[in-house]
Amino acid sequence: MPDLDSISILTLWTAIAVYAGSFIAYAFDLARRSSATIAEVETPVLVAAGGADARGAGSPASGTAAGGAARSGKAKSGTPRYIFARIGTALAILGWLFHLTSTLTRGFAAGRVPWANLYEFAMVGTLLIMAVYLVVLTRIDLRYLGTFISGLVVVLLGAAAANFYVAVTPLVDPLKSVWLVIHVFVASLSTALFALAFALSVMQLMQSRRERRIAGGVENAGPGFLRTLPNTVRLENMAYHFTVVGFIFWTFTLIAGSIWAQDAWGRYWGFDVKETWTFIIWVLYAGYIHARATRGWRGNPSAWLSITGFTAVIFNFAIVNVFFKGLHAYSGLS
Amino acid sequence: MSSSPSDRSDGTAAASDPLRPSDHIDSAPVDDNDINQPALGVVGWLRWGWRQLTSMRVALVLLLILAIAAIPGSVFPQRTADPNGVVQYRQNNPDIFPVLDAMRMFDVYSSPWFSAIYLLLFVSLIGCIIPRIKHHAKALRALPPRTPARLGRLEHHRSVTRENGDAAAAIDVAEKQLKSLGYRVARYDRGTTWSVSAERGYWRETGNLLFHIALVGVLVTVGIGGGFAYTGQRVVIEGASYVNTLIDYNSINRGRFVADDTFQPYALTLDSFDVTYEDFGTPGAGQAGNFAANLSVRNVDGSTSKGTVRVNHPLHVGGDSVYLLGNGYAPTITVRNAEGDTVFSGPVEFLPQDSAMTSLGVVKVTDGMPEQLGMIGFLYPTPLKMKSGAYTSVHGALNLPLLTLDVYQGDLGVDGGKPVSVFELDTDGLEKLNGRTTDTESIELQPGETADLPNGLGTVTFENVSPKGAKDTLQSVKRYVSLQIHHDASAPWVLAFALLALAGLGLALFVPRRRMWVKATTADDGTHLEYAALARGDDPTLAAAVDDLVRGHERLLEAAAPEGSTPAKGA
Ligand code: HEM
Repeated sequence: MPDLDSISILTLWTAIAVYAGSFIAYAFDLARRSSATIAEVETPVLVAAGGADARGAGSPASGTAAGGAARSGKAKSGTPRYIFARIGTALAILGWLFHLTSTLTRGFAAGRVPWANLYEFAMVGTLLIMAVYLVVLTRIDLRYLGTFISGLVVVLLGAAAANFYVAVTPLVDPLKSVWLVIHVFVASLSTALFALAFALSVMQLMQSRRERRIAGGVENAGPGFLRTLPNTVRLENMAYHFTVVGFIFWTFTLIAGSIWAQDAWGRYWGFDVKETWTFIIWVLYAGYIHARATRGWRGNPSAWLSITGFTAVIFNFAIVNVFFKGLHAYSGLS
Repeated sequence: MSSSPSDRSDGTAAASDPLRPSDHIDSAPVDDNDINQPALGVVGWLRWGWRQLTSMRVALVLLLILAIAAIPGSVFPQRTADPNGVVQYRQNNPDIFPVLDAMRMFDVYSSPWFSAIYLLLFVSLIGCIIPRIKHHAKALRALPPRTPARLGRLEHHRSVTRENGDAAAAIDVAEKQLKSLGYRVARYDRGTTWSVSAERGYWRETGNLLFHIALVGVLVTVGIGGGFAYTGQRVVIEGASYVNTLIDYNSINRGRFVADDTFQPYALTLDSFDVTYEDFGTPGAGQAGNFAANLSVRNVDGSTSKGTVRVNHPLHVGGDSVYLLGNGYAPTITVRNAEGDTVFSGPVEFLPQDSAMTSLGVVKVTDGMPEQLGMIGFLYPTPLKMKSGAYTSVHGALNLPLLTLDVYQGDLGVDGGKPVSVFELDTDGLEKLNGRTTDTESIELQPGETADLPNGLGTVTFENVSPKGAKDTLQSVKRYVSLQIHHDASAPWVLAFALLALAGLGLALFVPRRRMWVKATTADDGTHLEYAALARGDDPTLAAAVDDLVRGHERLLEAAAPEGSTPAKGA
């Protein structure tokens, strides 16, 4: 019987392979959406846009007509079946189960929560990204983000498994705290939400470019799959909602981290490198929330801010943890 | 969308709308001249500047600048967080250091430019919230706005015609219904139309204000608190004590309002220090953990108690918190001169150099010898002789520890009044008596052993302090801890404001703010019922809320008048 950590490694690589399959299926899905005819996609656009909420009212595509269509068209009949998207989602779920197994066995092998070094942060962070995505799928059709989500997870998880792996070691004293459980978990959760918001903001920018081109009468308005996506306003609203939930969690992360720092280091704030970056990310997203409420900043500029925010999150995780020197030296790498 | 001009003419934008800067997305565009061209004169310019500073755009730009300005502090070592890093940076980059230093790159967070950014933001914040608080206080007492004349123009609109029934009674029912849903309601009946106007979600603006006010609270408490806070360090060897007075600290940082006699004179004694090292052959071998400093406390009132300081678990004494910063070995060393008189005796703190606790320390014998003696010592808790002949330690525990000493002779410079670190020996101008580059070997000692000093100067002993009857050397050397004593009464306040901010944020982002209207008109074919809703802010569930209202109202009407009135047609 192999030991738990070996099982964890094995299932992790299995998960990565399955996720890679999911990525490919989702990529095929986008390709197929691109070649779909306009007629085929007409209905889903309306259905998707139907949920466009109050703020979208100003834009042509989400007016009352679309709202009405959504109400009467809730029946799935008109929706084309995205076979590849279904395969992609099925594989994502399967991969997630392996991923979960891997994370749990790692936790049991270590006899503690499996998020105490960079390898484990990556494992749990991506687990939550996928979990949030799959949970949201049950309520909103976001499968057009599947390529991005499974791609991101494959890259992060693969890189972590290949470069950041460390054997299970006992916790160092500063990590023996309930705040490890709370602070790191909530931080990972907000990362997952920011990731979804990021993907939506990217789509929003692409969609906005397409809408502009169509308005300008340009023939080739951009990637065809955009036709099957909600309109800019709807994309922006969704990105905003994920961000604000993520922002609340991030605020909590900041507070919880300060309480922990007060216990562990004798001061709640000291502009340690990691503290600084957590603060920077918080300020960036506060800026994003303001931007969306500021005339002239809603739309593309705020989408760029959302993208900048998530870039900082990834930078904080991948670069700051590994290359910056500070008190948070918990990567486990030497 | 909320207050488009047409809404206004319908009277839906009322005093109960939250006040927003003029460039807020919900504000009606102001005449551009108003913003961009200040009236001539100082007052005009000041007004203009103030309006700019308290606009959404400037707040937003300041936030982004703040984010960017915080970055250099994570790239360059900071004096407050990493003073040694700064020294090192200076050594490695002597040319660029002065330039960067002049730009305050090593004190980013206390630099004038960083302070300027957050102070501006702070002023902007206060300038922004004060009028909003006033406005909101009024709004909380205002009635929901008059029902718009043409509800059909609103996005979320439903209408139903009931064959008969009493229009006024239908509105009575709707009023009750809305009230029980948490809306504030007002009746606007006029001639043949009856209507109720309802509004909810005042908590949204309350939450927003709470959040921004709490941010001010955090900043103010941090600022004031810093003036009354102090953080000191003190090294204590096992068995030794110290009293919490200003002079007894090894080093201290204190806020500008901390007086010399602020300190509560309690005393701490280090009874023992616990630490475990992972065994050889296990994952993380040699890793130290489970640090615990066991202290005796003599309180100011004379009572005594015991306490333990662990990582993550400070000890609270007399309003201070005591933290464990570091630990090390303090070998007890006795030096005798050629006549056999003891000229030095006691534990000496050695500074750990690596994770296996190879430790470096200095013994300074200032009196009783022909010339002053300085000794540089290395302690290897678990020694291993490498191929080169040099020693290293392979484990942090005291498995047959080894102490090596190199002896120097000459003026140690301790009398010159220049502060010299106890961990350093300036060997310039000293004569090296043994060790590398001399003919005499370094002194090597195990606990309990005594060796001759070079040149017949006397002897040196590495005392074994193990308890009587000890069978191993695991306790043969005393340990010391470096404690940090921290006092900051503002921390709970900062936390309270931070949590308030979090609560406010939750309200501001998740409480939907919306208006609903139900209007009944008596017509030839029955009673026309109209329902309409308007979101104030993001409100993805509004459409469902209107549908629920319509259905609920119908149920209630049905219940009130079981026979007769059924809806004729809906739209
Ligand atoms: C100290 C820096 C600031 C931070 C971190 C900050 C953060 C935030 C956050 C997180 C929100 C979203 C919560 C909500 O919608 O209620 C928000 C909203 C808002 N903030 Fe700030 N804020 C700051 C300064 C300011 C300033 C100086 C102003 C005045 C111009 C301002 C005006 C507003 C307004 C009007 C909203 C509501 C936006 C909306 O209607 O959606 N904030 N702020």
